Order: sequence, then C-alpha cells, then structure tokens
Amino acid sequence: MTGLAFLIPIAIGMGLLGLAAFLWSLRDGQYEDMDGAASRILIDEEDEL
Amino acid sequence: MNAPAPILADSPALISTRFTVPGMRCAGCIGKIERELPKVDGIIAARANFSAKRVAIQHDPALDETALTAALLAIGFEAQPVADNPLGVETQERKRLIRALGVAGFGMMNVMLLSVSIWSGADGPTRDLFHWLSALIAMPVIAYSGRPFFASAWMALSHRRTNMDVPISIGVILAAALSLYETITGGGHAYFESAVMLLFFLLAGRVLDAVMRDRTRAGIGALLGRMGKSASVIGPDGSTRRVAAGELEPGMLVLVAAGEALAADGAVEDGVSAIDNAMLTGESAPEPVAPGAIVHAGAINLSAPLRVRLTAVADDTAIAEIARLMDEAGQSRSHYVRIADRASRLYAPVVHSLAALAFVGWMIAGAGWHQSLTIAIAVLIITCPCAMGLAVPAAQVVASGALLRRGLLVKDGSALERLAECDIALFDKTGTLTLGTPRADITALGAEARSVALGLAQASRHPLSQGLAAALLHEGVVPAVIADVREVSGAGLSGRWNGVEVALERPDDAAQSLAARLRIGETAQTIAFADPLRADAAATLAALRAEGIEASILSGDRAAPVDAAARELGLAATAEVSPQAKLAALEALKAQGRRPLMVGDGLNDGPALAAAHASIAPGTASDASQQAADAVFIGEKLMPVALAVRVAKATMRIVRQNFGFSIIYNVLAVPLALFGLVTPLIAAIAMSVSSLVVVANSLRLARSTK
Repeated sequence: MTGLAFLIPIAIGMGLLGLAAFLWSLRDGQYEDMDGAASRILIDEEDEL
Repeated sequence: MNAPAPILADSPALISTRFTVPGMRCAGCIGKIERELPKVDGIIAARANFSAKRVAIQHDPALDETALTAALLAIGFEAQPVADNPLGVETQERKRLIRALGVAGFGMMNVMLLSVSIWSGADGPTRDLFHWLSALIAMPVIAYSGRPFFASAWMALSHRRTNMDVPISIGVILAAALSLYETITGGGHAYFESAVMLLFFLLAGRVLDAVMRDRTRAGIGALLGRMGKSASVIGPDGSTRRVAAGELEPGMLVLVAAGEALAADGAVEDGVSAIDNAMLTGESAPEPVAPGAIVHAGAINLSAPLRVRLTAVADDTAIAEIARLMDEAGQSRSHYVRIADRASRLYAPVVHSLAALAFVGWMIAGAGWHQSLTIAIAVLIITCPCAMGLAVPAAQVVASGALLRRGLLVKDGSALERLAECDIALFDKTGTLTLGTPRADITALGAEARSVALGLAQASRHPLSQGLAAALLHEGVVPAVIADVREVSGAGLSGRWNGVEVALERPDDAAQSLAARLRIGETAQTIAFADPLRADAAATLAALRAEGIEASILSGDRAAPVDAAARELGLAATAEVSPQAKLAALEALKAQGRRPLMVGDGLNDGPALAAAHASIAPGTASDASQQAADAVFIGEKLMPVALAVRVAKATMRIVRQNFGFSIIYNVLAVPLALFGLVTPLIAAIAMSVSSLVVVANSLRLARSTK
C-alpha cells in the first residue's frame, strides 16, 4: 500500500503536466489556424545564403 | 524550418495592421505573402492566418493602409483592412469552452483512474482515501468546467424559462453534493466520475457548436468589407483626406475614384461616369451619371472620378433606411426556439417529477431518507441528458462540415433547423438566379478581333469590359498590345493597334444598353452581352420541387428581364418590387402560416432576408445581405441552395433518431434507477455508450451531400 503514496501523486502530477501543456498551447495560439498549419508543411523554404 | 516569421512586438515604433485576404487558397499563397511582403520597405513582418483568411502586418507607421493594400496587390492578392477588434467575442467564448473542456478531460481521466480501482474491489480506508482524492480533483473541476452550464441555466431560470442547461445543472450539482456527503460519511457510492464525465461530453458538444459558428463567421468575414466605409473629402484648399463614413457631414465635397463605393448619398457636381446600382435596386445594367444626378451610398462608381456634394449621411442615407427595416424584420427570428430547448421543455418536468416520485415512493415504502435521496439522485444522474446534449450539435456539426466542402457556409445550428422547415422559396433575380455580371457573346469574333478586344477591355473597370475580358481570357486569348488607350466615360475605349484606330464603344442604338461595338479601322462588330442564368438554376429548382418546395421570383429589376427569366424557368414572377414591398410579401406569407425561404443578394433584399423563416445569399452579395442571411454559398452554382435544404432535412431526421435513441435508453435505464439498482459503474457505462451511439449515428451525415 505504501506504493500508492508515490504512484498517485505521480499519476496526478503527469495529468496536471498534460493539462498545463494543453492550456499553454491554447494560450500560445496553436489552435488559431488549423488549416494553415496543415498547409505550412508544404511550403518550400528557400534558403537564402 | 517552418517557424513563424519573427514578429517584433516590443518595438514601440512599429504598428500592426490586419487585412482580410480572400484570395489565399493554398500553401504557396501563405509562403508568398510571408516571404515577399517583408521585402517591401517599411514592412517588418507578415503573418498569415489561413483559416480566417487574414494577414497581420507589422510595419512602420509611415506606411498607411492604402500603401499596404497596394503592396499586397503587387504580389497578387486583393486585400481589405480589418477595422474591428481581431479577437472577437465569439473567439473568446470558444477559447473559454476549450479551456473548460481541457480541464474536464483532465478531471475525468484522473477520477476515472481512482474509480476503476474502487470498482475493482478497493474498500475500507483505501476506498475512503480514493473518494477523498476524487473529491479533491472533481470539486474544482466541476466548479470550473460547469460554469457555462450553470450560468446559462441561471439566466434561463431568472427569466422564468427553462432550457437544456437547467436539468444538466441540477443533475451535476446534486450528483456532486451527494458524492461529497458519501465521502464525508464514509459511504459506498460516490458519483464524481459520472458528474465529470457528463460535463466532458456536454462540453464537447458545446465546443463543436462554437467551432462550427467560428469557422463560418471567418469564411463570411473574408467575403465582407467591400462597401464604402470611408470617403476622400476635398478641403477648401483642394487637398483631400480620408474620412470614415460615420464622420461625414452633409455639404462636404467628396472625390469618388473609379471602382470606389459611395459612402453617403449626394448629388454629382463634376464628372461623367457610370454607376453600378445592382446592390441597391437589383438592376444589372450600369446607370450613366452626369452633373446634377443623384447618387446613393452603396453604389459603385465604374469609369471616371466623380466629385459628389453630400446631401445625406450615416443614418439618413437610403442604405440606412434599409438597415433599419432589416433590424426590425430580424426581431421575429430571435423568438425562434431551438429543437433542443423545445425537447427539454417536455423532458425536464417529466424527469424531475420522476425523481420526486422515486423519493416519495421510497419514503412511503419505509426506506430511510438517506436511501430515498440516493435513489432520487441516481434517477437524475441516469436521465441527465448526456446523449440529448450531444444529439443536436453532433448532427449539425457533421452536416455543416459536409456542406462547407460543397461551398455552402451555414451560420449556426438554428439556421439548419429553420432551413429544414421551409415550405416555399422566393428568389431574387439579378445576382441570385443569374450570375449578376454581364457575360459577352464572343462566338462571332475572329481571332484577331478577340485579341484586340481583350487588349482594350483589360484597360477598363466597366462591368461590360470586365465581362468581355473574363470571357476572352477564359477562351485562352492573348491580348494584343494597344497603344494610347483612352477611356471616355459613357462613350468607351479607344487606342491604336499596329497603326490602326481601334475602339470598344457604346453602340449608336442607345436602347441596347447591354452591348458594345468593337471597331478595328473601318470594320465594326457588335458584341452582345447577357446576364445569364446560373447554369444549374433549372436543375436546382427541380431539386427544390422534389423536396416539396415551390419557388417564385421576387425581383426589384424591370419587368422585361424578369419575365424573360421567369418564362425560361417556368416560375411565377413579380417585378419592380421595392425593399418595403419585398418585406411585406414575406410578412404576408408568414401570416398565412407558410415558412418562406428567401434567396437574394442585393441590399434591397436585406429586409426580406432578415424577415424570412430562413435565408441564403450568394458570396457575391452585399455585406448587409450576407450578414442577414442564414447561409452563404460560394461559386457560380445555385445547387448548394437545394443541397442545403436536403441536408438540413436529413440533419433533422438524424436529430430525431438521436432523440428517439435517448428516450429508449431512458425507458430502459429509469426502472433500474427507480428500484435502486444503479451503481456508479452502471451510470458511467450507460452514459458513455449512449453518447458514442449518438455521435456514431450523426457521423452518417458526412455522406449526405453525395
């Protein structure tokens, strides 16, 4: 049973970490332009040297 | 590698301006805008938002909007500055809902983890510990994620009404309170996971609803903004300055450039040109104007600059009068009660009296008040309209996504519900049944004539020239090089080609307004123009008839062209109808108990669009009409109108099936709850299975537009 004392805080901590990451990405505007994000991968970068 | 261009927001010398760029269609466009714009002097960075079709430009304050628009045009994109706050109320609301959904998702996963251990047999102090942990996670999650429902339910109750959120809120709050009591007293059953899971599923429905609204608003927003919102006022010293439409005053002298829309009513003082009044009257032929002519806000100046002395501004213009009519006509729509709320008006009293009966029944049967209350709350939890909350938004989001791919933007779920109920259709002619732009008949022209005609036509903004150029470019004609092109307003274009005098001019026969004469040296040819019906107009009307909807024409255009279109399509028609009369016709139909669908594009259709039971406007329609309409279709085809009605009806069928399923599920589950057999495990399984079935059923709509 003492294992629970470690495992439960770890489980909840990981959940909170995921939630924090989600809220951060939301605040950062990563869901503002979903169609654009899908298209951007097709843009050829022209390296200007 | 695809990192966004750095935006130097901290530099105080820079300002940011936003533009809508409707022409942004592919990855190449994003790349081009973000790569090419910063090469212009004064522009530091550009960032495109593809979903909203917007570009944010960081630039030197020395560059004004006109210069930036020109820079965008130089790389091939038409753009309009966006005046309003880019982060609108709707986006804020969607973000709040997504945050609430994220929190509910976190809570659901962790509480479920603990609940599964309890269901697997944890008991004694372990169970109590897990209950306490669940409470610790669930209570703040419910308080945060439940707010949208609690607020809406409170709003409804304080207006002495009920809606879907009232039974939801009561169920969630009672489940949480009972679970907390069980936890404190060391009882066996806590329903935290049910309460949190219910919130998660319902929030998913709300988020879908909000995403659908935002997506359409962005699409329509990109089409808006082409009307006169400001004017160049000529000062006493001859200098001009831009003044916003709201700050214009009667008596000001304004300069209206070719291609510009008028921002207020006035009389022409100087200049000869033609104006396009199609948005105001529905007439497709341009109207020539000379000094002394009266012009109205919303008209577009076509060929030469005009000086206009303003007579009426802002709220006194002809447009503002139409806007007032639209406001009043739109009032009736706000009384429409959506199907989910109609269902809950029947559902909530039944469920709440069942729960009350269960409590009273078990008290009479001799169970203690604690057990009776537990059972009554179990009834509320098991009947809490989880599947019902998803029944409507899931179906509507799938349907609107399918319609979006076919070029129809439906504004919200209520629009789909009203579209399904329409039983008669009224069409405007110009711009709705027809394309609204004159198309040239070029079959009689030889290769040489075509090339010369294109060379001339390209130089002008006149709708006939543009129609001719479009038709010729479509045929792959290469323009001839014409020297000394001159445009004389009201007369036409002239120039020199290989030393020969060439001209594209108004025919002598002035009655034939929709024609042009091409002259090369001494030979002359007349090119006829027509405003053709959309290619699939007849097929669309037939498809509507198959749905039981008869159509007729209600147009502001002259009787002759309206009758011609009506004969061709075999419809009844009324011509030369004023905006007020259109509104009256709609009101008369509604008074007879009909549910009219209005399809129109002009400002003159605005009040009728707002008053109709449901309305659709083409993407070329005036701003006001697009805002008044429930749906907007893009492209040259009319078929999306018939498709919208068909898909709306299919959606309502699926919604009714979903409701039917929820009712069957309740009929099976309620007896279990009434006899005290529902445990938290059964509640959790029942809730997720019913939600999944409803979502799966709704997904069938994705194929409905095929």
